[in-house]
Amino acid sequence: MATETAAPPPPPEAGTAAPPPDGAPLSPHLRLWRHYALVKVRKAVVVVFVVANVTFFLGRAMPGDPIDVMAGRLTQGGMSLEEARIIAANSLAYDPDAPLWAQWWDFIVGLVTFDMGMTINRPGFSVAESIAAYLPWTLFSIGAGTLVSITLGLALGMVMAYRRNRLLDHVLSVVASVLGAIPNYLIAMLLVVGGGMYLSWFNPISLRGTLSPGVEPGFNAEFLGDALYHAGLPIFTYVLAIIGTWMLVMKASTTEVLSEDYVTVARARGLRDRRIATSYVGRNAILPLVAQIAISFGTLVGGAIFVEQVLVYKGIGGLLLDAVEYRDYPLLQGLLVVLTTCVVAANLVADLLYSRLDPRIRK
Amino acid sequence: MAVSTAAPGGAGVWGAIWHGVTRSTSGFIGLCIVVGVLLFAFVGPFFVDTHNPTDVTKIWGPITSEHWLGTNHEGKDTFVQLVLGGREPIWVGIVAALITVAIAVALGGVAGYVRGRIDHFLLQLTDITMTIPFIVLMLVVASFYRTASPMVVAFIIGLVTWPYLMRSIRAQVLTLREREFVEAARLQDLGTARILFTEVLPNMAGYIFVNFIIAITNAIYAVVGMYLLGLLPSTAANWGLMIQQAWDNNAFLVPAAAPFLVAPMVMIMLFQIGLVTMTRSLEQALNPRLRDR
Repeated sequence: MATETAAPPPPPEAGTAAPPPDGAPLSPHLRLWRHYALVKVRKAVVVVFVVANVTFFLGRAMPGDPIDVMAGRLTQGGMSLEEARIIAANSLAYDPDAPLWAQWWDFIVGLVTFDMGMTINRPGFSVAESIAAYLPWTLFSIGAGTLVSITLGLALGMVMAYRRNRLLDHVLSVVASVLGAIPNYLIAMLLVVGGGMYLSWFNPISLRGTLSPGVEPGFNAEFLGDALYHAGLPIFTYVLAIIGTWMLVMKASTTEVLSEDYVTVARARGLRDRRIATSYVGRNAILPLVAQIAISFGTLVGGAIFVEQVLVYKGIGGLLLDAVEYRDYPLLQGLLVVLTTCVVAANLVADLLYSRLDPRIRK
Repeated sequence: MAVSTAAPGGAGVWGAIWHGVTRSTSGFIGLCIVVGVLLFAFVGPFFVDTHNPTDVTKIWGPITSEHWLGTNHEGKDTFVQLVLGGREPIWVGIVAALITVAIAVALGGVAGYVRGRIDHFLLQLTDITMTIPFIVLMLVVASFYRTASPMVVAFIIGLVTWPYLMRSIRAQVLTLREREFVEAARLQDLGTARILFTEVLPNMAGYIFVNFIIAITNAIYAVVGMYLLGLLPSTAANWGLMIQQAWDNNAFLVPAAAPFLVAPMVMIMLFQIGLVTMTRSLEQALNPRLRDR
């Protein structure tokens, strides 16, 4: 389940995960679920649409436009402001005199046709190309980090619940609290300072970027190894940053389940401990956490900007900062739409999965 | 009932909070750390010489008796900066948390108590605010105020971080409003605002306080992060700014520069860890269901 939330389907700009197509006559149970799913999908689309509009106007409301920014840079080279503005206006694909509603209409058309047009400040690159060049790295590192930390966190949390109030539990609780309290970018810095400089386990400078120079993307061992090598530090950062929370949440959830009657009955029936732990306790303890996994993915997308900036990992964070900095409206809008779609899609998958797993939710 | 303080009423709440923090060793240690950091940041400045000149002959100076933590890339004394640099992020954290909690309590309380259309609308608003990663929202809003004062920063952070708390407060109000004492108040026709603010919300005071502390940690995370991205103006000494300057000047490559980078990191981590440990102990005290876990 974590995989599905960690790596939502490559986001189409409108962000609709189609409900499962079933042709055959449906059981009332399934029909009810389909209705629920439809309502949820409709809601998700509305949210993405509203957010897209909000970000459109937020972006335009920022002081200055792409031409101001570029002209500002040119004047630093000693050019007069008028001259700089003319050059900037000629070299950028942005018409400052186009009325806002026309820009908005272009944006909406672009949204619906999945074509967000060209970027302003990355000549020759369309918005889609730019995003496609950076987004996979972010999704890959966040996804891997989430997957590893949740798997480990859930397992450790269960162990803690089984051994609660023993030494192991106390030690792990302290570790989890401490890890959960440290901001993720500080964890990244600590890893670089500690592991990179003092212990010399790795060279933090050569780890920067997403690929070593000369390595071409392709399905071969060299590329995959190099990608993992560069993603290792961000992934490890995400694992450390979120594992603590999951350990504590899972411990609380497991403790609750352990006191349930059906666990006592299972014990009384003489089932083996391992079977009780996996089929009775584990499943029921994870159930309430499914939604939280999706939400944590959403917040992680935001937090990744800091970590990527600190580790100089070329993901979506740097692109977003550039888009804000240069007022690259199409790129900024495209990025925000894609990011919100990822978050909404993750939440949607969690909702649907959750309702499948726990029929009580569907109301 | 998920959460209720031991006794309603002013002194009872603070008593419960004091008891909650001091009832476990870890909670008490957390409190000591927090008080220590606060004293360091707010009382410390009275004991150091705030005149801290740039000195090009002492770039990345080592630790000496004159410079307790060495000097930075401009030859300024690191320890003095550390003492002076705590006020701003902590203030921003507290003010931002106040704003977050105020918005969340007001909207969550109204949505949960009044229900109906308003509830529906507020929930939609929350969903949408929650969906835009708040860092992104902050990036954009921060660009309006390139010369933002700390209070403006606090305001921005408060304005974008309330949705999660709003949802959980709404959920609490939903259950509280069905309780007998609220019904009694309704039968006395006390008026919605009065019931909400004098009957319902005081019953969640402990819970709100815990979330206030959590909101402080989130706000400090956000403000230091914004400094790291270079989005905020470089003003006076500030832990976030120190980290950013150290990182941008590749302090991690110069062994003598380590204190300038690591010292503010340690202060921030200590403060965050102290706050979180405190809230864990407090949460257990306020929530009887958690107590024996």
